[in-house]
Amino acid sequence: MPPLLAVQGLGIRFATPDGEVVAADQVDLTLAAGESLGIVGESGSGKTQLVLAMLGLLAKNGRATGSVRFQGEEILNLPAAALNRVRGVKIAMIFQDPMTSLNPYLKIRRQMTEVLVAHRGLDEPAARARCIALLEQVGIPDAARRIELYPHEFSGGMRQRVMIAIALLCQPDLLIADEPTTALDVTVQAQILDLLARLRAELGMALLLITHDLGVIAGACERVAVMYGGRIVEEAPIDALFAAPAHPYSRGLLGSMPRLDLAQPGELAAIPGQPPNLQALPAGCVYRPRCTFAFERCRSERPDLRAMLPDRRKACHLEHLP
Amino acid sequence: MLDLLLRRLLVGIPTLLVIITVAFFMIRLAPGGPFDKERAVTPEVERNLLKAYDLDQPLLTQYGRYLTGVLQGDFGPSYKYHDFTVGELLRAGFPASVKLGSLALLLAIVIGVSLGAMGALYQNTGRDYAVMTLAMTGITIPTFVMAPLLTLIFGIYLAWLPVAGWGEGGWRHLLLPVVALALPQIAYIARLTRGSMIEVLNANYIRTARAKGLAERIVIGRHALKGALLPVVSYLGPTTANLVTGSVVIETIFGIPGIGRYFVQSALNRDYTMVMGTVVVYAVLILLLNLLVDLLYNLLDPKVQQR
Repeated sequence: MPPLLAVQGLGIRFATPDGEVVAADQVDLTLAAGESLGIVGESGSGKTQLVLAMLGLLAKNGRATGSVRFQGEEILNLPAAALNRVRGVKIAMIFQDPMTSLNPYLKIRRQMTEVLVAHRGLDEPAARARCIALLEQVGIPDAARRIELYPHEFSGGMRQRVMIAIALLCQPDLLIADEPTTALDVTVQAQILDLLARLRAELGMALLLITHDLGVIAGACERVAVMYGGRIVEEAPIDALFAAPAHPYSRGLLGSMPRLDLAQPGELAAIPGQPPNLQALPAGCVYRPRCTFAFERCRSERPDLRAMLPDRRKACHLEHLP
Repeated sequence: MLDLLLRRLLVGIPTLLVIITVAFFMIRLAPGGPFDKERAVTPEVERNLLKAYDLDQPLLTQYGRYLTGVLQGDFGPSYKYHDFTVGELLRAGFPASVKLGSLALLLAIVIGVSLGAMGALYQNTGRDYAVMTLAMTGITIPTFVMAPLLTLIFGIYLAWLPVAGWGEGGWRHLLLPVVALALPQIAYIARLTRGSMIEVLNANYIRTARAKGLAERIVIGRHALKGALLPVVSYLGPTTANLVTGSVVIETIFGIPGIGRYFVQSALNRDYTMVMGTVVVYAVLILLLNLLVDLLYNLLDPKVQQR
């Protein structure tokens, strides 16, 4: 049986007036049904473009190459009409900024029922009843009244709950969450993450969580892929990564994260240098200019993502981190 | 909603009063008077004429009397068309002007929005450039040039349509003046729609709509159009004002028996009451249409509805 999601050799390029920008290159990922994978990386690492490309949502100047198979079927670069049988139905997505991701001119009801009308052929009253039930399930009290309100009448956390409810309308097999908590207050962040975890357990769907915050992934995912400069540099079970990061960048990320779980926290270590310029990526390893362990081979030869253990992969020439 | 309507109607009253006052004194400031002709009348006759129309009274008294009359719906007699009151002339010309103006407005909105949306959806393609060229032409060529040009082409060279006149107000007579009047507004609205549509199409909520797997026609028609139309709706106020002033030119060029013609002629004739009559009608029209636009805006933007 094929995996739920299989991404192979995915590359994303944008044509800009200043030249071509490589947002992602040679990305391989697989996700089994019901599994949760976190993709972590800093701004510009290509993690968001990766998922946008899967759903055909790239900006007009963007081109995706490679292969994305969902339940065995190729979905990359499908025409919109064909994609619409998958997105919103089998793959649903929630976005970073719930303030701007809901249409300010339409009532919540309209923004919800249209999904069921389009994909499930329900009539408006039936769809409305289903939507109210789902709003209650994601923790919106008084849903029957509030479904008739506009987005600006909700708080940020409530709006993200609405976004989640919309995403779950057709009981997707895969939920993609792109920085779902970044725009929210810290206390609300925890609530939303708890909600996602609970819903995933209830509905048995797979989760692809995009974030720059390893802490968020630690709480919500089983596996993690670390992205840097448009490439996956390490992939590991979440506990294994926290216990012993195999890639210098992963170690840098962990070292720059405040930890409350260590007896002696020590100082936070920043990664020296700047994120890479995606218009002029260095030859060899993209992380080499910032890597403290770089040696001659890193300059000339690009490390492939290779398996270290059955469930761990990394893209680094070093056998072991010193 | 009703509250807003009443409030805006009340605010309209002092606005109208100011317009009447300014117009009243400005037309009196212009040199000459209604009875100055090339062939001078005897002083005796002139005195009698002035007396008959109360023009020998102090200006403030005249103003007071005029205002009282207007409040009772009496715009006074025309100084030029001696057998008619201003009210009769306005009533006679009003239907033609309204027909011309409302058709032009309708055309401007429908064609302008369609062209603008097309330009945005096919951004930086041939269609887009065609729309933008048309819009640029429409904006830069003034009505008084465009109208004779259209007449020349369609009325004389091709001889498809009548050159001028009103007939019974049928479509053959209407087509050229309506198009000439609407063209600059089509151009403005198309540019406006294109700009706001491009902005909206890049909005996060459009990406959400696409991620929901909605058909493109729903993404555009339901999700994008409403937000894109808001700037157009707020521009409808100035549009109606432009159509009113444009109709003055168009009615004169095409010889349409509306009130626009009177506006020019009576100003030249110093037909004080007639000028005032047209000013009041136009002012009321613009105030009401602006009110309508505000109400429309209220319906479209839920954030405005809150108050």
